[in-house]
Amino acid sequence: MEKTKKEPFVRIAKREDISMQKAWFIRIAAILVALSIGAVIILILKHNPFEVYADMIRGSLKTKTSRVETVKIMVPLLGCAIAIAPAFKMKFWNIGAEGQLLAGAIAATYFALFHYETMPRPVLLAVMFIAGAVAGGIAGLIPAIFRAKWGTNETLFTLMLNYILLGIEQYLQNGPWKDPKGTGFPIIAMFDANARLPKVFGVHIGWIIVLLLVAAMFVYLRYSKHGYEISVVGESERTARYAGMNVPMIIMRTMFVSGAIAGIIGYITVCGADYTLNEGTAGGVGFTAITVAWLAKLNPFTMIGISFFLAILSKGSNTIQTNFKIPASASGVLTGIILFSMLACEFFIGYRVIFRGHRKKGDVKNDNA
Amino acid sequence: MTMLNFFCAAVLASCPLLFGTLGESLTEKSGNLNLGVEGMMFMGAVAGLGGSYYYEKSAENPVAIISVLIAIGCAFLCAALGALIYSVITITFRANQNVTGLALTIFGIGFGNFVGEAMSNAAGGYVVVSDLTKTAFNTPLFPALSTIPIVGKLFFSYNFMVYLSLVCAIVLAVFLKYTRVGLNLRSVGENPATADAAGINVERYKYLATVIGGGITGLGGLYIVMNSANGVGGVWVHNCISGYGWLSVALVIFAMWNPSRAVFCAFIVGALSVMRLYISLGIPDQIYNIFPYIATVIVLIFVSLRKKRENQPPASLGLAYFREER
Repeated sequence: MEKTKKEPFVRIAKREDISMQKAWFIRIAAILVALSIGAVIILILKHNPFEVYADMIRGSLKTKTSRVETVKIMVPLLGCAIAIAPAFKMKFWNIGAEGQLLAGAIAATYFALFHYETMPRPVLLAVMFIAGAVAGGIAGLIPAIFRAKWGTNETLFTLMLNYILLGIEQYLQNGPWKDPKGTGFPIIAMFDANARLPKVFGVHIGWIIVLLLVAAMFVYLRYSKHGYEISVVGESERTARYAGMNVPMIIMRTMFVSGAIAGIIGYITVCGADYTLNEGTAGGVGFTAITVAWLAKLNPFTMIGISFFLAILSKGSNTIQTNFKIPASASGVLTGIILFSMLACEFFIGYRVIFRGHRKKGDVKNDNA
Repeated sequence: MTMLNFFCAAVLASCPLLFGTLGESLTEKSGNLNLGVEGMMFMGAVAGLGGSYYYEKSAENPVAIISVLIAIGCAFLCAALGALIYSVITITFRANQNVTGLALTIFGIGFGNFVGEAMSNAAGGYVVVSDLTKTAFNTPLFPALSTIPIVGKLFFSYNFMVYLSLVCAIVLAVFLKYTRVGLNLRSVGENPATADAAGINVERYKYLATVIGGGITGLGGLYIVMNSANGVGGVWVHNCISGYGWLSVALVIFAMWNPSRAVFCAFIVGALSVMRLYISLGIPDQIYNIFPYIATVIVLIFVSLRKKRENQPPASLGLAYFREER
């Protein structure tokens, strides 16, 4: 029995650099793998995968109405991904965008319901915008204070706040803010026309706000002093401290910004898309947005593409429900599979898998280095 | 008598939470923060229901015990499969745990509702298991003992799932505290580099803890779908898990990663969730429903303030371990 120097069947080595083309090739291959798994599921349901996929794309992009719907799904998704970006860059795992969005929506709704007559429309919309941003910012700030001062786990804290804010929303909807004219299921009244966002090209103006946020966030993270501080804290809090940075201050400031953007998205959702506040206002967007932000490697411009893709899936699933009787929950399954394969494929971009006997020249030297 | 009924209802309500909490505790002890509990509960629920349903359809004379075992097996395996996907992506492929967990939640909720609806469509309306299985999931395990006044009702009037969850809790508590393997597992969660240096196979421990933990959370999903305490049992209801998974994630913190404490914490939250049916407090229901989350936040803050060593989260929780980067 020879026991010395047995080469393992599979081993991995870190790639130092990989060309852009190769990286994108791997990512596209991953999406194709995910879509083929989806195709197998469609085959099991006895439908033609090509027809179903084509129908999804038609249903989400063909007519003007469907394009408007797709963009409406995309806006909050992209907006929340932008909100999450600075926090994640700082390695502050803010999974509370859902709650911060609701906080902003609640604050904006307050003005829409009780002050719609007291202010002219532009002032009212501006006040609601600020209220949404501040409320969302505070919702983001609270866990940041505890994390900065005492190291309280932010993942779990922000997660809990989602449910606390959802409970507050439900309380308002069932109690003090219930539409007195409504009968049956308690709802909050539709906003006055004064408190609704104007439309541009058939979609509420929120899409322009979100695109501005994309550009602003890109500049903020890449070229501002704050952005630099965020990356240093994210890489190593100790380094930041040695460099004389006020780490607690940076954590709190960044989380206020993160929460405020989510709050603005809440404002956009209630004033632009729904014209009312309900329990579904956030509807899981804050969670999905995290995966969007992460897959985009926190690059705001890449997020546009990914959120667009997920919006097509979501809108397309409604179409195939009508046309093929495939349950609309298929979008969750398909989104999940795509997310899994995208997450896994990053490994193959960062590492090289070497099988036994498939050694390239020069590997030995690299391994010993 | 009201108090007695209240106690029993609280126990029944806490059972799915206890499964979820125990499973997630085991997972987190290995340093994996799997946020996909909600998704895994959905997967377990639909697989368990489906297993039972198709067994009854195919067998000529369905036997209750086999139907129950199939339901438990399917629920455990399907949820464990979800956890396995999570494990492969986070442990082998080294992806971010939070993001992967959320992806698992999205996938699991979609999977549960999708399969549930597809089965309902195939069945022409509803997927309902027969009274045989329903009874097995909803009648006392010890019918003779449960007739004893007060004590019988207090301790012996529950269905077998409640006792199963308690057994799980005891086994898990003993396993983590008194066995060599449990100690190894905890060391993996606290400091994988040290565990690795001590010759412990870190990857294997993480895989096993996460997959088994995921399977246990799936039993919580099965309970929700089979139990009739909240209305109909044994039928697929769209979005039936509705937050139990997230509440379990909260409970893990509330119980400070301790399985025996999880029993009491799950009971308290279960009691809170049914209390308004028995005692009127004059607080709106919606505010009342957020108490468990507020309590969790307080515990979280309290734990971080006191810095008592045995009550801390596993030190490497949420962090991936790369041997070559230690």
